[in-house]
Amino acid sequence: MNLKKQGFHSKFRAASDHLATGLAIAATLLVVAPLVAIFIYLIYKGASSLNLAFFTHVPKPVGEDGGGMANAIVGSGVLLGVASLLGIPVGIGGGIYLAEFGRGTKFANAVRFTADVLNGVPSIVMGIAVYSLIVVPQHHFSAFSGGVALGIMMIPTVTRTTEEMLLMVPNSVREAALGLGVPNWRSVLSITLKTASPGVITGCMLAFARVAGETAPLIFTAFGNQFWSASLNEPIAALPLQIYVYAISPYDEWHRLAWGGALVLIILIVFAVSLVRYVASRGILKGAS
Amino acid sequence: MGVGIEVSNLNAWYGSNHTLQDIQLHIPANHATALIGPSGCGKSTFVRCLNRMHETNPIARVTGTVRIGDLDIYKDASPVEIRRRVGMVFQRPNPFPTMSIYDNVASGLKLNGFSNRKVLDEIVERSLRNSALWDEVKDDLRKKSGASLSGGQQQRMCIARALAVDPEVLLMDEPASALDPVSTSKIEDLIFELKSQYTIVIVTHNMQQAARVAEKTGFFLNGRMVEFDSTHKIFTNPSDKRTEDYITGRFG
Amino acid sequence: MVPLAETKIRRPEVAIELPALVVAEPSPDGVALPVPPAEASEIRRFLLARGNSALADKLFLAVMALCALSIFAIVVLIASQLVFSSQLSWHKFGLQFFYKFNVDPETKLPVFWDPVAGTFYALPFLYGTLVSSLVALVIAVPLAIGSAIFLTEMCPRFLRGPLAFVTELLAAIPSVVYGLWAVFVLVPLLREHINPVLMTIFNNSVTVKLFGWTGLVGNNGLFGGANYGLGMLAAGVILAVMILPIISSLTREVMSAVPHSQREAVLALGATRWEMIRMGVLRNARIGIVGSVILGLGRALGETMAVAMVIGNRPEIQKSLLSLGYSMASVIANEFSEASDNLYLSALIEIGLALFIVTIIVNALARILVWMVTRGVPARVN
Repeated sequence: MNLKKQGFHSKFRAASDHLATGLAIAATLLVVAPLVAIFIYLIYKGASSLNLAFFTHVPKPVGEDGGGMANAIVGSGVLLGVASLLGIPVGIGGGIYLAEFGRGTKFANAVRFTADVLNGVPSIVMGIAVYSLIVVPQHHFSAFSGGVALGIMMIPTVTRTTEEMLLMVPNSVREAALGLGVPNWRSVLSITLKTASPGVITGCMLAFARVAGETAPLIFTAFGNQFWSASLNEPIAALPLQIYVYAISPYDEWHRLAWGGALVLIILIVFAVSLVRYVASRGILKGAS
Repeated sequence: MGVGIEVSNLNAWYGSNHTLQDIQLHIPANHATALIGPSGCGKSTFVRCLNRMHETNPIARVTGTVRIGDLDIYKDASPVEIRRRVGMVFQRPNPFPTMSIYDNVASGLKLNGFSNRKVLDEIVERSLRNSALWDEVKDDLRKKSGASLSGGQQQRMCIARALAVDPEVLLMDEPASALDPVSTSKIEDLIFELKSQYTIVIVTHNMQQAARVAEKTGFFLNGRMVEFDSTHKIFTNPSDKRTEDYITGRFG
Repeated sequence: MVPLAETKIRRPEVAIELPALVVAEPSPDGVALPVPPAEASEIRRFLLARGNSALADKLFLAVMALCALSIFAIVVLIASQLVFSSQLSWHKFGLQFFYKFNVDPETKLPVFWDPVAGTFYALPFLYGTLVSSLVALVIAVPLAIGSAIFLTEMCPRFLRGPLAFVTELLAAIPSVVYGLWAVFVLVPLLREHINPVLMTIFNNSVTVKLFGWTGLVGNNGLFGGANYGLGMLAAGVILAVMILPIISSLTREVMSAVPHSQREAVLALGATRWEMIRMGVLRNARIGIVGSVILGLGRALGETMAVAMVIGNRPEIQKSLLSLGYSMASVIANEFSEASDNLYLSALIEIGLALFIVTIIVNALARILVWMVTRGVPARVN
């Protein structure tokens, strides 16, 4: 073969290898860039809004300075509380069923697949469903309906993560419990679930952080509220919802509050994700062989 | 005190695999009985039929009768009740990873609802003494997790855990196979001492171990029990040629 | 039967020392076993009295099964509520809801969505959702796959953890925060710096002369018309940022699932690293990567808040990417609270139903593809 051609060919291959590497690095940088940009901007714009008033006051009427998002923070707390009461037990129960009773069955596969698909359904659709189910018959918006919408969103996520964590518990542990004559229900709850609990808890935290930032399903369930409210039967403010309303408003003061609220949300979420990673890196099952 | 076990016409399947065929056996009370045989011969399956652990596998099936004392374990009681009276020690130590040593040993009682602290303390101490672990862990009972012990210590703790519920029978499925020689000999000493209080059935692929600790030995081959007799006879003058071949190492 | 002692022992290590202690013997000295006190039988009595808890076990199983069934119940719930509440609109418009339009007598332009007049046709929302999602895919897919390749095949070990962490964070940022940033940072950036450049490239006389026949350049082309900053392009860009992490992490998972033997086989033939990636990894992971892209598409189709904040909220169909538009999810979010009459509400809910069906199909397809490559390893929940 022509030696010159060989030389060129191998040079070409080497060059395309370098080009590919360069492009991949460039792509990675472009992926990282928005995150860095968003963070920097959030801190820059949001930090100045985070004073004591932010956390203790309700919004002032339009045109006045000051005020805060205290009602939205409390409101989010109430909504997440209701959501967790619904989503976490049902989700853990579903995960227990999949891991301990339904392993390998077609039913379990169907549940798992459906849960994954549900996770991809837009949250606004959940909101419409709950609106139709609860808000319409009750003739008013409520924190309760908002909490239910968020809770329904938590169920598929918590089910899947709980199942994954329970499957990691070695069978030898289950056998040890059964061999002692411990009833199955006790063995699952006090031994298997307890062994997997760090992972299960982080799964719940992930679901919690995810719904904490959801806005769309709250638009027509919780509806938002400019004033103090912690009642389950009335419309209630929520942090992401308030951020949205303020962001699209024409008032600078409200924009400022929106940035502050966004920073608070982000800090919460960074905290949750970091905690999850930390627990995962320490080993899901402390000391299990 | 222990009870004797009477096994008649025991057959067991894993799915379509006929793992145990027509086992007939009488295991004497307060003795140690060893079960030997090559890998896959069914001795583990047999032992798991004695405390109804075999049926935890969804494709498992059992026919025949197993009487422990005067109780037909498949007809007269539920698996949970049986397992409280027939304890088991598994091949690999399986301590509960989230519990302390104390909680591990007491788990059989606590998880069944027993809560008298004073009695529990006594039982934990007694069980740990009985499994020759007390001196090594008595200062760290509640501080150390069960999983932080060495392999040999973990297995002795599992024995203590099994003893704490005061079973009438103790089943041991190759309890020392995952352990170093020092731990193994400690456990063999243990078995030797425990058999006066409990009926012990020990599965082992180590013939010397069987010879050391058991009065009676049964030889399993391909799902059948070929020969069951005093250990001395099995190892010096077996009746069946297959037994002799196994003992002398021609196979297995 | 030949006594064992006389048998020729072929393997000397099997010679068994017969212990003299086969018969039960008193315990050796030194270890006095504690005599079991009366509590022993107390324990036995206690445990015997516990019963078999069969009822508790059955109850437990039933409750757990109900929890698992709730997943199906949720799907049924959503579907039934959507169908039920969109009845009005479905009966009125039928299938035409999705493609028909009226014509404004004065301007002669098509009118799709006029709540005041009671005109509810959904075509512009379908268009907006599709175009913004496609723009997002065009931007995101090369970047996501490129970064996935870097992270799995080229990245130095110490960087892997932090970069993966960054991707996870990106996935966790709420839509409304992306929207906030998009409104105040991205849109001005587009309007003042990027769009003018694009417009110059696409709309100058040279380009028009050369490529005018495609219909994509010039004032009536892809980047023609007024430059608001808001619009399809803005929506596409912020969507791209939002679907990047999901495509990237799933692609990484799919690539990691390719066995090392494949990589080694190609390398053994003398391939460069890029060739190894192309032939040994990407080729095998192809199906899974397609699956992750489709999953990203599914996410883009349903994304609500960020898009609602930057797409411009104009229910029209325009060719230009700089024009204002509307998406299915955004119209529901923006107009639900204002929907004054039942037909209006019902029309919005029917759009929601369409969105529900489309995302379910897209997501199911994507999950199947990813599963085919990772072979039953449960797809990671985002």
